[in-house]
Amino acid sequence: MEEFEILKIIWFFLIGVLLIGYSILDGFDLGIGSLFPFIAKNDEEKRKIFRIIGPFWDGNEVWLLTGGGALFAAFPHAYATIFSGFYLAFMVVLFSLIFRAVSIEFWNNDEKRKKLWSFCFTFGSFLPSLLFGIALGNCIIGIPLNENFDFTGNFFTLLRPYPIIIGILGFFTILLHGVSYLVLKTQKEIYEKAYKLSKKFWIIFIFVFILSFVATIIWIPENLNKIPAWIFSIIVFILWIIYGISLNKKKDLYIFLISSLIFISLWGIVASIQFPYLVKAINNPSYSLTIYNASSSSLTLKVMLLIAIIGMPFVIGYTIYVYKIFKGRI
Amino acid sequence: MNPVLLSRIQFGLAASFHFIFPSTTFGLIFIILIFEILYFKKREELYLKISNFLIKILALVFVLGVASGIVLEFSFGNNWANYSRVVGDIFGAPLAAEGVFAFFLESVFLGVLVFGRNRVSNKFFLLSAFLVFFGSHLSGLWIIIANSWMQTPMGFKIEGGRAILTNFFDAVINKSTLIRYIHTIIAGWITGSLLLAGISAYYILKKRLLEYSKILLRISLIIFITCSIIQLFTGHLHSVQVANTQPEKMAAYESLWETQRFAPFSIFAIPDEKNAKNVFYIGIPGLLSFLIDFNPGYEVKGLLEFPRDERPPVILPFYSYHIMIFLGFYFILISIIGIYLFLKKKIYDEKWYLKILLYSIPLPYLANEFGWIGAEVGRQPWAVYKVLKTKDAISLSVPAGQILFSLIMFSIIYTFLLIIFIYLMKKFVKIGIEEIKEGY
Repeated sequence: MEEFEILKIIWFFLIGVLLIGYSILDGFDLGIGSLFPFIAKNDEEKRKIFRIIGPFWDGNEVWLLTGGGALFAAFPHAYATIFSGFYLAFMVVLFSLIFRAVSIEFWNNDEKRKKLWSFCFTFGSFLPSLLFGIALGNCIIGIPLNENFDFTGNFFTLLRPYPIIIGILGFFTILLHGVSYLVLKTQKEIYEKAYKLSKKFWIIFIFVFILSFVATIIWIPENLNKIPAWIFSIIVFILWIIYGISLNKKKDLYIFLISSLIFISLWGIVASIQFPYLVKAINNPSYSLTIYNASSSSLTLKVMLLIAIIGMPFVIGYTIYVYKIFKGRI
Repeated sequence: MNPVLLSRIQFGLAASFHFIFPSTTFGLIFIILIFEILYFKKREELYLKISNFLIKILALVFVLGVASGIVLEFSFGNNWANYSRVVGDIFGAPLAAEGVFAFFLESVFLGVLVFGRNRVSNKFFLLSAFLVFFGSHLSGLWIIIANSWMQTPMGFKIEGGRAILTNFFDAVINKSTLIRYIHTIIAGWITGSLLLAGISAYYILKKRLLEYSKILLRISLIIFITCSIIQLFTGHLHSVQVANTQPEKMAAYESLWETQRFAPFSIFAIPDEKNAKNVFYIGIPGLLSFLIDFNPGYEVKGLLEFPRDERPPVILPFYSYHIMIFLGFYFILISIIGIYLFLKKKIYDEKWYLKILLYSIPLPYLANEFGWIGAEVGRQPWAVYKVLKTKDAISLSVPAGQILFSLIMFSIIYTFLLIIFIYLMKKFVKIGIEEIKEGY
């Protein structure tokens, strides 16, 4: 393999690493936000929830920003196609993320409008949690593109059954992950609620997982012969069983770690069935965006790799360190 | 409806709204760092309380900066897909680098500043303050790098209709990066320091929290005075750079139509873009030539020198640039008065001066916005100077109606957020330095 090709493959996986980082870290606070009214009934409980995610949520969101920046730099065509093609959906995500970000700070300082900010926090978490999966589902099943790689469908193209099923899978994985984090970080009433919810979502998860599995086989049967996808699917299933066992034994740290591993394995399935595609074209396979026709130049990929190699170990190091500073139940 | 114009308005709105917050952050975290150092060395409660108060404000400012920044990060893909395709090979890297090197740093350690006072050692807290300072300023550098490449692109070649990176360092440290970065950061320090000088002036006027507000006024005013004076020089150097690297932009700033030696520096003009002339004009003869080259005989290119379809608009850059300069001189004026009052030891007693400080709080924001309008509109019709025109940079797959919809939504949301932001800032100031609670 020549160097340029290797760089493209590396960047396919590095984008995956950033998406995994985003899913695991912002995933839990998106999940907590989506379940906000069910978990926190009164102001005191709400304040506790905000204290749990307060120090972290914006650092978590940087994974999305960096992932977006890296996609832009490494695969500009994919970045351009996805963000312009899913324009309205992304606008909804942006409005949600704006309101979610400010609502945490505003709820704590703006006494007059606590209800509004609490509502914004819930919906600002719920909509992206659902829409991210729908966007991903569209990239997997494919969207209509033209020779300039521009999206030619409309808003409803995005809302086909398959992407919606993937959206639901993503959403429930985020919920499971959110309650798993709460089980680790809370005590007393909130802990009891989170614990009960994690049992429910544990059961729901396997149904939506099987549903998306079946949907993938029905709509994109060519993925049946992809062995890594099978391996990762089996891993997800095994992790799901271990999650159930840990839940029964109340091993709170394991619960969160395993739900993180479930997220990673789901991304493993995605990588297995996508590679080397980034966005499939449903109308004409030759318009599909792959790591080969959508990438930046060899020099840019090299510079970016250097940036990642120098920067990311620090990021991971101090992020873990700061999480340790704030360890303990609230 | 014209999707190019709508996309431009939307980007302009998103960027103008966003810049309110990072510019404040630069000055605010600078002064927080000073108080943290003072607290670390002297261990006096006074510094701690002031710093906690400032961190509370910073948390609010930062959140709005993050919320509005996400929009910008994705707007290149959302609204400027062709831009992303053509120059993504170069433009994406600084944005990614900003995330990796800077934005993680400031976000993660801001969490420590806001929530961690009782959980970490004093040394680690000071380090966190420094890292937020360092991270936010580094973040600004990468963004200026990206924008400067649009102004004075270097380190690339055109291949198959796309700009391909040939030299990373040339692209990053191009002809305008450094001076634009310094000019922007100093503008941020002016903005943040005048905000805090104004707030402390308010306390002194109300005879509240005098012990705290005097020291806060002193430190922020010293920074404001120093930066206002330095900004005269960085502004000058930046203008010289523009004159040398983007002569049509300088011509638009000055509403200079004819190429000429002894070119005048305009004081006021009413440009007539259609007929390519000035309806009304007053200027100081020879001054523009002199400022650019220290030589009044220096020939400055006029707008007529450039083909019509490569000329920037004139009215908006001209007025923006001049209002910015006017405000810059106003800051120098209040700085000089400040120095005089400092020397006379009357700085806390002159009510009229304290009022000037208080009511001038919004002016650096205006100067910042006008500076950016001048810089960005003056670059037109190019998105990337002489490489890609703005009209060729948009997303072809997004219908104008959808852009209009998002533009209306952003206008409503941003207006609403700005109102809440100002309301909460006032509320924090009313609660005051002593009573404010850190964290949630």
